[in-house]
Formats: sequence, C-alpha cells, structure tokens
Amino acid sequence: MGRISTWDWEIGEKIVVKSLSPLQDHGWQEEPHVSPDGETLAAVVNLAAMEFSVRTNDSVWDVTYERIWYPRFSPDGRMTAIGQQDGESALLVDAEQMGETYEYAWETKFSDDGSTIAIMMKNEGLYGVALNGTPWENLFENANNYVLSSDGKHSSAIVQTVSMGQAEIEVFAKGIHSLAVDGNAFPGKYLNLWTPVFDSEFKRVAAQARVSMLDYTITVDDKPWSTVYGQVWEPIFHPLGEYVAAPVRDKGKWGVASDGAPLWEPRYAQCTQLQFSPKGDRLWAIVAPAYGKFTVACNNIPWSTLSPAVTDIVLNPEGDRAGVIMSNNNRDFKIVVDDKAWEGTWDMVWPVAFAPKGLNVAAVVEKNGKQQVLMNGKPFGREFDRIWEPVFNEDGTKVMIRAIENNSYVRIVANVTS
Amino acid sequence: MSHISDRIISDPGLELGVANLTTERIEEVVNQALKGETGAKLKAYQETCMRCGLCAQGCHFYVSHDGDPSYSPVSKATESIYELMEKKGRVSPKRIYEMAQIAYTECNLCKRCAHYCPVGIDTGYSMLVMRRICHLLGVVPQYILDTGNSHATTMNQMWVKDDEWIDTLQWQEDEARDEFSNIRIPLDKEGADIYYSVIAPEPKFRTQLIYQAAAIFHEAGVDWTMPSTPGWDNSDMSMYIGDFENMGRLKRSHYESAQKLRVKRIVMGECGHAYRSVYDMGNRWLGYRDMPIPVIHSVEYFWELLTEGKIKIPKKFEHPVTIHDPCNIIRGMGLMDKLRDVTHMICENVVEMTPNREHNYCCSAGGGVINCGPPFRGTRVKGNKAKADQLRNTGVSHVVCPCHNCHGGLEDIIDHYELGMHPKFLGDIIYEIMEKTDAL
Amino acid sequence: MHELYNFVSGPLAWVAGAFFVLGSIYRLVSMYILAKRKDGSSLEYMSLHYSLRSIIRWLIPFSTMGWKADPLMTVTTFAFHICFIAVAVFLSGHVVVWNTAFGFDMWSLPTQAGDIISFVVIAACAIFALRRFMLPHVKNVTKPKDWFALTLVVLPFLTGVLAYHQMGPSLLMTTLHILSGELLLALIPFTRLSHALFTVFTRAYMGSEFGAVRHTRDW
Ligand code: SF4
Ligand code: SF4
Repeated sequence: MGRISTWDWEIGEKIVVKSLSPLQDHGWQEEPHVSPDGETLAAVVNLAAMEFSVRTNDSVWDVTYERIWYPRFSPDGRMTAIGQQDGESALLVDAEQMGETYEYAWETKFSDDGSTIAIMMKNEGLYGVALNGTPWENLFENANNYVLSSDGKHSSAIVQTVSMGQAEIEVFAKGIHSLAVDGNAFPGKYLNLWTPVFDSEFKRVAAQARVSMLDYTITVDDKPWSTVYGQVWEPIFHPLGEYVAAPVRDKGKWGVASDGAPLWEPRYAQCTQLQFSPKGDRLWAIVAPAYGKFTVACNNIPWSTLSPAVTDIVLNPEGDRAGVIMSNNNRDFKIVVDDKAWEGTWDMVWPVAFAPKGLNVAAVVEKNGKQQVLMNGKPFGREFDRIWEPVFNEDGTKVMIRAIENNSYVRIVANVTS
Repeated sequence: MSHISDRIISDPGLELGVANLTTERIEEVVNQALKGETGAKLKAYQETCMRCGLCAQGCHFYVSHDGDPSYSPVSKATESIYELMEKKGRVSPKRIYEMAQIAYTECNLCKRCAHYCPVGIDTGYSMLVMRRICHLLGVVPQYILDTGNSHATTMNQMWVKDDEWIDTLQWQEDEARDEFSNIRIPLDKEGADIYYSVIAPEPKFRTQLIYQAAAIFHEAGVDWTMPSTPGWDNSDMSMYIGDFENMGRLKRSHYESAQKLRVKRIVMGECGHAYRSVYDMGNRWLGYRDMPIPVIHSVEYFWELLTEGKIKIPKKFEHPVTIHDPCNIIRGMGLMDKLRDVTHMICENVVEMTPNREHNYCCSAGGGVINCGPPFRGTRVKGNKAKADQLRNTGVSHVVCPCHNCHGGLEDIIDHYELGMHPKFLGDIIYEIMEKTDAL
Repeated sequence: MHELYNFVSGPLAWVAGAFFVLGSIYRLVSMYILAKRKDGSSLEYMSLHYSLRSIIRWLIPFSTMGWKADPLMTVTTFAFHICFIAVAVFLSGHVVVWNTAFGFDMWSLPTQAGDIISFVVIAACAIFALRRFMLPHVKNVTKPKDWFALTLVVLPFLTGVLAYHQMGPSLLMTTLHILSGELLLALIPFTRLSHALFTVFTRAYMGSEFGAVRHTRDW
C-alpha cells in the first residue's frame, strides 16, 4: 500500500464496491472495515454453518475457518483477522496464517507503520504476546493490559508471576503481579499493575501500581515512586524523557504528579487522559474543575466550556491545539475545538482529525442515522449512511472521505477548501 | 435479646485483619477517615438520631429474629459507626471484628429502614461508611475481599481472564446457532444502538443467560454489541467492600469501554447492585453527576421491546408467579411499575406479595452479604424469615426476580424454609414463551 | 431570693437566648460548610420540590411506614411536639415576656388551657421514658444523652405546673421554672435536642435523594 504520499490523491470520487450485499452464496456478512488508503473494504462473511471467510471488495479469501473474527486493517493496508479451527486460533494476514496456531489468540495491535502485528496469545494455559507470529519466550499464568511500542519492536504486559489458590487473600496482598517487557518479567511484585506505557525511545516503561491494599503509585522500570496516593491513573513519559507524569488523587482531589512530586496541585474532581505536545511544553488533560462539570485543561488552565461528560482529546501535530467530544451524558454531542463549541448538537460524533499542516480539522457527526463530515465546524460534502475517519494528505490540503452510500462503498478525495 | 459478641462467626479475612491491628492504628485510621472523608451527613445522622426505635420494624433482620433489638438499624449503627464517632476511634481490635461483622453481614444496605425513620436517617449509608472504615483497617471478610481482588485485577468479579470471556461468548453463539441459524453475539460493533453488559457469574456459571439475551435481541432485531475487552462486567463488589478507589476504576473501565464503541446506551442484564454502582455510587465517585452514558436496566429494556411489539408473546406463562422487588432497582431507581407491566405482559397469573414495591423486604443476599461467602450463609438465611413468610403466603410456585443477588438469596431461603418455589429471571420466561420466528 | 429571680428573669434570659440563637447559627453554618466541603455530591441532589414533598408527608400522622409502626409513639410524638410549641411560644405568661422583651403582641393561650397542655407534655415525656425502660429495641440504644435531653425538656413543664398550682414556695418554683426553661433553650443546639435544627435538613435530603435520584417515596 505504501506511504500516504503514494496513495491516490487525485480529486474525485470513485465507487470501490458497487454493492455491499452479500456475494452470491454467503449466509451473512458482518460489519465492514476499510483500509487506510480507502482502496479496500473488507468484512467477515459466513458461507455456511461453521464456515467463515473474509470478503475484500468483490472477492472472498479462498480459505475458510470455523470462525473468523476481529477483522482489522493494519496501517500498511494488510487485512488481518483471527481464525479458529479445531479449537486453535491463528492470526490471519491477507488470507495467510502468520506464525503458529495458538490455544487462543485475541486483540491484534499494530506498530505505527504496520510492519509489526502483535497479538495476545495463550498456549497450554500460559499467556503472552506474539509479535509477527513469534510468541514471547516466557509465558505466564495470566497476562493482560498489553501494549506494543509504536516502533513495533517491544511489547509489555502485566503478568502474574506468583500462583494463587482460590480466595487466597494473603497471597494476593503480598503481590502476585509483575511488569513484563518482551516476555521478561521484572522482579518487583505488586498487588496490581495497570496500563504499561513506553517512553519515546522505547527504553523505559511505566505503569500504574498498587503497592498495598490501600496505596497506589507509579512504577517506572519496576521502581515505584516514593510517594503513594489514594488512587492514580495512566502515567505518560515526557516526550523528551525528562519525567513521568500521572494523574493522582490526594485527599479526595485529583491533580498531576511528576516523579512523585506535585506538578498540578490536586484541585479537580477528576483528571484523566494526559497527553503531551511533541516538544513537551504543553500537558493536556480532561479535568472536572467542579463536581459534575468536565472540560479540557492545558498546563493546568481549564477551558471555560464545561460539560457533564468529555471524552477523546485529540491534539494537532504541534500539540498546541486540541479537539474534544463533549456530551450531555452521551446525548446531544458537541465537538469542541480550542475551547469553542462547533455549531449544532448530534446523536453521535467521532473524535476530530487534525490536518498535518495548517489549521484544518475534520470530524464525523451523526444525526437521525445519517452521517456527515464537518470541516472546521461547517458541513463538508453530503450526508452518507456511514463515514470512516477522514484522512488528510501529507501537506493537509486534501482530504479523503471513505463512506457508504446507497449500499455502495465510495472513496472521495476533495480539496479541503472546496 | 442478644449481642453481636454472642454470635461471632469465624472468617479468615476478618481474623487476619484484626490480628494486624493495634488500638493506636485503629484510632489513627478511624479519625483520619472521619475527618478526611465523612461530612455533615454522617454527623447529622449520628447526632439527630433520637434513639426512638421506629426503624426497627423496617429491617428484615429485626423482624426475622422476632424483635431481637440487636438487629434493629439504630442498634447496628449505635454498636458500630456511632460508637466509633463517640469514642473517637478508641476501641479494641476485637470490637472492630464485631463492627465489621455487623456492617458486612447483618445489613444489606437495602435502605428499607429509611421508610421508617421520621428524622430522615439513612442507616444504609452509615453502615457503608462503617464498611469503608473496615476496608481502610484491612478487616474485610475473605470471600468478598477476594472478589474485590478479582475486580482490581481483571475488571470482573470472578477472575475471568480476557480470553475466557470472548471464548464463552463465542461458545454461546455457536450453541445458539443450533436454534437460530443466523444468530450473532456481535463483538466490538462500533456505533451499535446498545451495548449489553453483564456480571461475571454469567460467563462463569450462568451462560444460558447470555444465550437467552442473544436469542431475545435476535428475535427483536436489536442492533447490539458486547465488547471483547475488559469493561464488560458492570458488577461491583469493591463498592460494597468500601473500596471506593477500585469502584471508581471499575466504573471508569465500564463507561469507557462503551464510549469507545460509540454506542447510544448500555443495557444491563438483570442485576440490582450493578445498577446502584453505575447509577448512584461509581458515577459520583468519578465526579459525574449522572451516568456519563445512559445505562438501562433489563426491566426497562424488556418493557420497551414488549410495548413496541418487537417481541411477541403468543401465550403467557401459565404458572402463577409473584414478584420480588429487588431493592437496588426499585427503592434505588423506581422501576416498580415497569416491572409489574412486564410481568403482567408475560405472565397469566400474578399474585403480589405484601408488603411490596418499595416497601418490599430485601432478599438478604444484597449489599454484598452473599459475597461474604459460605460462613455467613446462615446469617442471611435466618435473618430473612420475613421473606420466607412473605413468599409462602403468596402460595405460588414461581418468583419473578430480575436480579442475580436476589436469585442467590431467594434460592437459599426457599431451600432452607422448604418453600418449593422457583425464582425466575424475566429473561428466562421471555425466552421460554416468546415467538421464535427465526428458530430452526 | 428576689435578686436571684431578677437575675434569672433578666440578664440570664438574654444570655440563654443568645446561646440559643448564636449556638443555632453556629451549628447550622458549620454543618453547611462541612456539607459543602465533604458532601458535594449529596448537596447537588437537593431539590425543593422533593424536600417539601417529604417534609409535608412526614407531618401527617399515620401517613408513613414509620408513623404506622408504633401508633402510641406516633400519637405521643405529635401530641408532644404540638403541645410543646403551643405552651413554649403561645402560653399567655410567655407572650407577656415576648411583649416586654421584644415589644410585639400576639395571640396567646389561656393559662387554663396551657395548664392542661402542659400535662399532656409531661405525660408524653412519661411515655417516652417508659418506652426507654420497657421496649427492648429502645432500651437497647438509649444512652445517658437521651435521658439528659428528656430531663431537660420535662423540667420546665414540671416546674411550670408546680408553680402554677402554687405547690411549693412560689418564688422558688417560678425561679426554677425560668431557670430550667433557659437551660433548655440554651442547650438545644448542643444536645440531642439539636434535632430541632437539623431534622428539616435530614428530612429534606432524604426526600431529595429518594425523589430525585431513586424515583421513589421516602415514606
Ligand atoms: S438491612 Fe436494610 S433495613 Fe436493615 S439496617 Fe440495613 S439498610 Fe436498614
Ligand atoms: S427511626 Fe430514625 S431517629 Fe429513630 S432510632 Fe431509628 S434512625 Fe434513629
């Protein structure tokens, strides 16, 4: 599929799949997925009892499995899914099996460029991660919360390193979990660990840690901060590697701590989803300055637009602008960019997408079952039955819209200014 | 008249916890909690309670123990949290054991007593504060604590591993295909109308409930989904332990798993306490005034499907049934009318219990009491003779009971008092009698 | 004796009144501040509509589960509170005091009636006391504080009746009556009797939570 620049960016509209109705002898067809370049649509299809395959555009893979599920396109445009046959799972990539079969496999993840495909796997009751078909050397009694580094070279997960019998609360209280990177567990034992995260050079890893029944902190490369808190959320590394930051709860209020010292004094009713700008000069978060009132804060300064619920902060590539979804508790959705609400409320909205350069920002919104793209807050193009996230070209002047209309899959490239 | 010290039950969790306590530690933790966490509500309750005893009649424990005063709500509060407040935490570890046993096993946090107190005192709340302090002291019954550990580790209450969850759904889908050729349990379907959430005992022991739900949704043509990643379990024993930190973590993962799938709302299975968690407690701890995403209880959803004619009932359930009102969705949410509408739409012959609706007695499994495990089975079963009498007086064979905890509780009561009745989920009955146009 | 009487009915009355007023304000304000700081989510749910719905409902005898649970207690409670206020505020002798102290006049209860009503209050207190002795579920939770509150309440009525019926030395009785009344007034904010200040709010909160959140009745 190649890099974004090699995709077809000619202005115009093409019907990639004329009819999305199941091809001749399918039992049924599941929800479609589209490739990043918009040239392929794929869906799991049922051909007969216990016979599944994958449709890509107007053809069907020539392999069948008792079950196929979790269809996902990799960033480099390969179609992946998980196939099951005779009680075994396999990672399928473009109709080929990648690596061994597993007792069970689930949750595919990709490196940024798509060159690495990771999957959670279980063999003989032991758990681990497989990268491009190669499982970790050591497997564990349990593994979860797994992540793949964006370069695709490393994976990390929370693993169980101490066995525990039924309701053995004493064993649990001494710690049964460890942080594992690339299949090697650190020696430290914790009651619980959650959400490991890599630094920007993929050398270090941090995670939320529960160090006693009541104490929570952040552990970085298996070294817990010396300060403990009532609760913590997902840590992140400063992009220049200066420190690790995480939301922490102290005396009932949320703030942000860096390496165990206060960065934002606790004063919020909630604080989640930390994100740094690429240079690390801006730290963004979703915060609740008062009970029941949520918004976005940048460097500890909250926006003035408040809402009962806020999700999905997206930063522009420079990290100095942000777009977010606000809703009246999942109703009357609004898109808010740079503290300004776009006109209109919607039944559903999707996270915004910033163009690489310039100021353009797009989002998909839905009302009465019809979807539409908004560009900088204004309707852009016509309504469709379904639209995937808009994709900008490299200089941000053009946008590709992948959509379903009258039972066809169309791919449109338009000038952002049109 | 008895005293809690006459009925101490051995539990490894409580024993272990108490063994690690000193009076200094108790004093420190209690005062920190009282100063740092509780506020005007608790203080006003403790002070304004007139010790009039009117709440006694409200509590099934008191009624079932023939008026043993030590089971009255005011007595339970006086012997635990109020005493801690008055003595400023200067009590012995042994006393903490007694308090923990009262708070975790002799009160269902059902709030029935609230209907009896003229002053407006919420003893259920006070007992939960007591549990919170027990949690901070590390004195928690073994089984419920283990459930909390499971919640923290797997985000579900029964140590169901990530793959076991998906595997179970796929297995149920396969099974159901023998009955409906095209049936699906759609995983991770972005933009679906509803996200169906369950509690971990369903994939673990009661898989037929997932099967039945899938059949009902299939028949009704519902656009639904279930997530393949953690967050699917709406249950919350951390809340009942008093471990509010993990309650918040669980709820966050639950709400976010639904937000990520861009669904319009969550429909939850027939569970009561989970409703309290998503609707009343977990959301508040996270700073939400309401639920950040609407969660509809099955009772409401079945009501919609039936009134909109999406499910058809050719012939109603013939056995006479009575209705058990689960505290958390009736006294907690006011679903009594919808529950009756649904029951009458699917059952021929409905015999009401007395008292009923928001005045109904708790099943005595609620509030996490059943999750405290086998050692305390007797406490809740003997403590609910009132329910057994209520059930017996209806003279029916089946009990409609849209809550997992109540099911467990009623089954034990029916067994102990030899009532020969059968608790039924609404889903059990609907699945059994609905029109199956697509069945093979 | 006269000096004592003068002191008790003069400066001390103002002191007691001040204790009551300032004490009440202090208790209510500090409770509010505490609620604001610690019970934010509960304050959020306060609703005037549901507060009133609950308060009014509980002002009607036998209209709630609680008021049906123990009819004697219900009758006693209502009789006690109505009679207490009738005598404490409206008894002609007391109205004269309001008049001289604050200069306003209002309808007053004839002394004869006041006497009978005072007996009702004393009888009600006797029933409260008997309950505390005889009913296991009340006895079980009765603390010295409860006895103290009950004593505080009954004393002014006992002394008042004695004084009115000229039993015992009249001046002494009157002095004791005023003294015990002042003690009662001054201690309302600081004893179990503070329920006089807080019940409105606990009731209102319960009403709001049950009405606005639970969509059900709190009675
Ligand atoms: S079990 Fe229910 S009625 Fe009894 S004290 Fe607890 S909350 Fe009140
Ligand atoms: S009814 Fe209310 S005031 Fe009376 S004893 Fe019970 S909790 Fe206290």
